[in-house]
Amino acid sequence: MALFRTKEIIAASKLPPEGVKLSRMIDAIYFLPIAYFGVFATFHMHFDLLAGDWDFWIDWKDRQFWVTVTPIVEVMYPGAIMYYFWTFYRQPFGATLSITGLLVGKWITIILAWYWWANFPMNFVMPASMVSSALILDCTLLLTRSWMLTAIFGVWAFAMMFNPSNYPIFAYSKQPLVADGALLSLADYMGFTYVRTGTPEYIRIIEVGSLRTFGGHTVWISAFFSAFISMLMFTIWWQVGHFVGQSFFWATGKRGVKYRTNDVMIVGTDEYAQRHGTPNGIAPGASGRATLAEGKS
Amino acid sequence: MASTTFGGSDRGYDMSLWYDSKIFKVSWFAMLAAVGAEVVFQRVFGFSHGLDSMTPEFENVWMSLWRFNVISNIINASAILGWIWSTRDRNVANVDPKTELKRYFYWMMWLAMYVFGVYWAGSYTLEQDASWHQVIIRDTSFTASHIIAFYFTFPLYITMGVASYLYAMTRLPQFSKNVSFPLVGAIVGPMMILPNVGLNEWGHAFWFVDELFAAPLHWGFVTLGWCGLFGGTGGVAAQIVARMSNLCDVVWNNEDKKCLHVIPY
Repeated sequence: MALFRTKEIIAASKLPPEGVKLSRMIDAIYFLPIAYFGVFATFHMHFDLLAGDWDFWIDWKDRQFWVTVTPIVEVMYPGAIMYYFWTFYRQPFGATLSITGLLVGKWITIILAWYWWANFPMNFVMPASMVSSALILDCTLLLTRSWMLTAIFGVWAFAMMFNPSNYPIFAYSKQPLVADGALLSLADYMGFTYVRTGTPEYIRIIEVGSLRTFGGHTVWISAFFSAFISMLMFTIWWQVGHFVGQSFFWATGKRGVKYRTNDVMIVGTDEYAQRHGTPNGIAPGASGRATLAEGKS
Repeated sequence: MASTTFGGSDRGYDMSLWYDSKIFKVSWFAMLAAVGAEVVFQRVFGFSHGLDSMTPEFENVWMSLWRFNVISNIINASAILGWIWSTRDRNVANVDPKTELKRYFYWMMWLAMYVFGVYWAGSYTLEQDASWHQVIIRDTSFTASHIIAFYFTFPLYITMGVASYLYAMTRLPQFSKNVSFPLVGAIVGPMMILPNVGLNEWGHAFWFVDELFAAPLHWGFVTLGWCGLFGGTGGVAAQIVARMSNLCDVVWNNEDKKCLHVIPY
């Protein structure tokens, strides 16, 4: 079976070439300028203002908060976006779309703002990547076709993969060095070289307490805790996707009473199927009225 | 009509009856050029004139740009909103289905302009602001970064958002007499980010929380930004898809126009 069933879907629409062209133009205007830009514009703000500091600086990428905070904050938006694309269109790319969009927004700013204006070296302000985690998350939804199983297994993998998938990028910064008699990591040394407004919080937050005596398993404890919270976040944000996906109007009745009402796509009704026939394998009456607003598909 | 005005090839139909993106393309690149010019201004005058708000050169260079930004946004908003209102369709309930399809494309292009404005405000200038405040301790609410973020890109996207709402109200039958729940959320939520600047500046004046960009003082921006989900990946998109699907069935599949009146207008 072909991966994409575009021809069958187009045939089911009964549209002539002009109508098919129109639907492709909807895709052209909708997916890149509206959906993709919209996701990465608002997701970028969400991420920066909830976990940005750990992503801004190489010396903030520690074994405790960075590993904990980043997956929790990064799984929220994909939860809502995955709800939308999966429930309305059966498209399993919500997480990948969100995370790659975030990276595009981040890198534009890193080059034009952090490097060009504020003059920080790009490797010092390089963002983490969760693209591989997003792919796992989307694949879990595609294979299980269940958002609950995705929340349990996919999100668990999403968070647990964060550190290993970023380790090759940032491992060099963990190398030890001695500066003025003090043992530092290379990231620490870069941080003390580039003193910033965020330096005091760095000293207060990063690897405090007895963390440096805990050996190598700390990062996995952090990742495991992050996975637990991320699962909860994903389920909440799947429901956020349901909430923002409501498409009702407030209309006014004949006696002036306000009521909620949803549009109905005629193509999804039994009457339409009886008039125009159905694609193979789908019987008339298999589903009720198709309302996008209720997320039925 | 066996001709087309799109791409120069003969497709056997006339796309211009339901699609025209010329103004959108010009507008999109105009916004890119306008914000790009302001960003270049920052690069040229940021470090040379933008470090100390108490100096005369800051007043000359940066507060002049602030005044320009405020005035140009007022003119821009007045022109756009005034044009949309004055050219409104006074018989919107009887619009031809193919014309309505064209209007939906125009509306999506308004929404795309809104989203592009939100990108500059919520993505680019927001993180750029973080980079500036990591280098320069603020001594004013009107920093070299804020003058472009809060007083140029914020009003710009709000204008585009209100224009999108007004376009729908004045051209699209379903929106002419009814109120769309997700559209209200998608426009009003991000719009409230500008008033939230008041809270932000008030807090920064007392606490100097630049040490932590993820400080709770900033979370108002976050929650209001979430309202953007109502738009491109929420109920507004669902309303567009449902309506355009029905319009296509009326135009090309001989469906009865009754299906266009589930939402009364």
